[in-house]
Amino acid sequence: MMMEKWEDNRAWYLVLPVFVVVAFSAIIPLMTVVNYSLQDIFGPGNAVFVGTEWYKEMLTDTRLHDALGRQFLFSGLVLLIEIPLGILIALAMPKKGWGVSASLVTLAIPLLIPWNVIGTIWIIFTRPDIGLFGVWINSLNLLDVPFDHTARPIYAWITLMAMEVWHWTPLVALLCYAGLRAIPEAYYQAARIDGASAWAVFRYIQLPKMRGVLTIAVLLRWMDSFLIYAEPFALTGGGPGNTTTFLSIYLVKLATGQFDLGPAAAFSLIYFLIVLLFSFIFYQALLNVGRGEKIS
Amino acid sequence: MARIDMAEVAHSYLPKTQTLEEYALKRIHITWEDGGAYALLGPSGCGKTTLLNIISGLLAPSQGQVLYDGLDVTALPPEKRNIAQVFQFPVLYDTMTVAENLAFPLRNRGVAPDLIRERVREVADMLDLAAVLNKKAAGLTADAKQKISLGRGLVRSDVAAILFDEPLTVIDPHLKWQLRRKLKEIHERAGTTMIYVTHDQVEAMTFADTIVVMYEGEVVQVGTPEALVEKPKHKFVGYFIGSPGMNFLECRLEGNMAHVNGAAIALDPRTAEQGRRARGRLELGIRPMHLEVHNQPVAGGVPVAVRLIEDQGNAKIVTTALGGQTVVARIPEAQPVPSEKAWLRFPPAWTRMFADERLVG
Repeated sequence: MMMEKWEDNRAWYLVLPVFVVVAFSAIIPLMTVVNYSLQDIFGPGNAVFVGTEWYKEMLTDTRLHDALGRQFLFSGLVLLIEIPLGILIALAMPKKGWGVSASLVTLAIPLLIPWNVIGTIWIIFTRPDIGLFGVWINSLNLLDVPFDHTARPIYAWITLMAMEVWHWTPLVALLCYAGLRAIPEAYYQAARIDGASAWAVFRYIQLPKMRGVLTIAVLLRWMDSFLIYAEPFALTGGGPGNTTTFLSIYLVKLATGQFDLGPAAAFSLIYFLIVLLFSFIFYQALLNVGRGEKIS
Repeated sequence: MARIDMAEVAHSYLPKTQTLEEYALKRIHITWEDGGAYALLGPSGCGKTTLLNIISGLLAPSQGQVLYDGLDVTALPPEKRNIAQVFQFPVLYDTMTVAENLAFPLRNRGVAPDLIRERVREVADMLDLAAVLNKKAAGLTADAKQKISLGRGLVRSDVAAILFDEPLTVIDPHLKWQLRRKLKEIHERAGTTMIYVTHDQVEAMTFADTIVVMYEGEVVQVGTPEALVEKPKHKFVGYFIGSPGMNFLECRLEGNMAHVNGAAIALDPRTAEQGRRARGRLELGIRPMHLEVHNQPVAGGVPVAVRLIEDQGNAKIVTTALGGQTVVARIPEAQPVPSEKAWLRFPPAWTRMFADERLVG
């Protein structure tokens, strides 16, 4: 007997709420940006369609290229420092007793502080006149130019990296700790029976078992550091010179400083695509690393 | 290969232990002979895994010593003890191939690559893993994964002993039977001491020459499968081994007769004498298969009321009531079963006497 199949398109109504939410939260704002990026806007109700003009301009803008280069360097350094450091901290954390809650709470503190407050804390901490670190480092007389993040780009970068690492390494450490705690005791027992060294335990048990949390950690830290704004803005506003002008700082200067909405919109879309592309690359790479041949 | 002695070993997981009841293991004194095939049998939570982990060194006992060939290894970690252990659930190194997994215990000990390849090959052939040697271990079935775990336990040829902690739990019944036979074969060929933990009596009986029965942190009996059936040293062994378990009837001794709820049962004179000398609560014990069931009064027969008959296909299980106590008998399939009243005869040769749960005669 043949089954009579009903075609009832009313089921689509059930998808409608999600569609509306996504439309308002993502699609409509994004399309507004696309709209801006194709026009030259002089004022309300006064806009001219310019095609891909802004894209061409942005793609050949050397200041944007410089900002992009700085951004890659910054995010690269962030990943290189925070991921290994987070893993090391997670490995060193106690596994039972009161030390567990103590270290978890300590690690969580930086994550609870608002971005711009962190900027302020570190600015005060590193100030050459009243900051604990600034005064101390200058009292040693080791530096040819006294420490002051407006004096030399490298000082601003050091302060920024310290801020970023202090702020976000705990997140990586917490994720890794969760990953490590999820490994069944039998794995460690088997490794002891098999005579595995501490390095082999890390390499063949802990690291592969942390794959999932590390993927999340890398993606989160990559995206977040690539979008960094509040810290360099609070520290030097992108200076000294343009040396800490990252993509988002440049974008805001362009959009709200100079009111170049068209180019800024084109820039936003390019920015968005870069973040998306690299997130995808990292995700794929981490998913397949160590898997070798495909299992059919 | 080595003889393993456990001298006065006791273990408690609590930091401060006051009473004997708090010990997970209570004063274990036992010798595992070189080349033996042992089964460690007992219900869940009786301390089997604890005992095994103490032998392998994963756990340091609270008290006592572990000796390998007379050498005290109590303080040595497992990697220095030259012991192999297979766990209940498969443990795999996900990023390695099957061959690398099998080679891992050898590679960590700096064995020559040629020798490693040879051993890996042998073990893979034994366990039917040759076809998947170059595959990543992570993508295989649960059965294959546990075979790899087993293989890692078998790959070292010079170990003091191989310890199996319920290694076939996750494997499907047919393969389970095959693998158990394989292990037995390997034991016969290589002569390595094997200790096999299980809570399944059939598994224990088919694998081992000697069965060690544990109950509440104690070793209650060490013996051959026959000895466990014929002369259980503890009431628990009587219950746990055999299906259905042994009958235990509270009794009072008068001369060579045991009185159970007014019925008199003749005992072997020596059994009776041991019973009279013993202190504590006396119980008479007999296996269901040793009881004789009659349709009419017989000499020495005790009248009972038949309560339930279960047909198991190859035998019948007859549940009867003797006064207030239940007695179960197992009779051949062909024997006609009395429907209401029956007479049970207790052959003196198979009728045992227990005092405070322990065998006296």
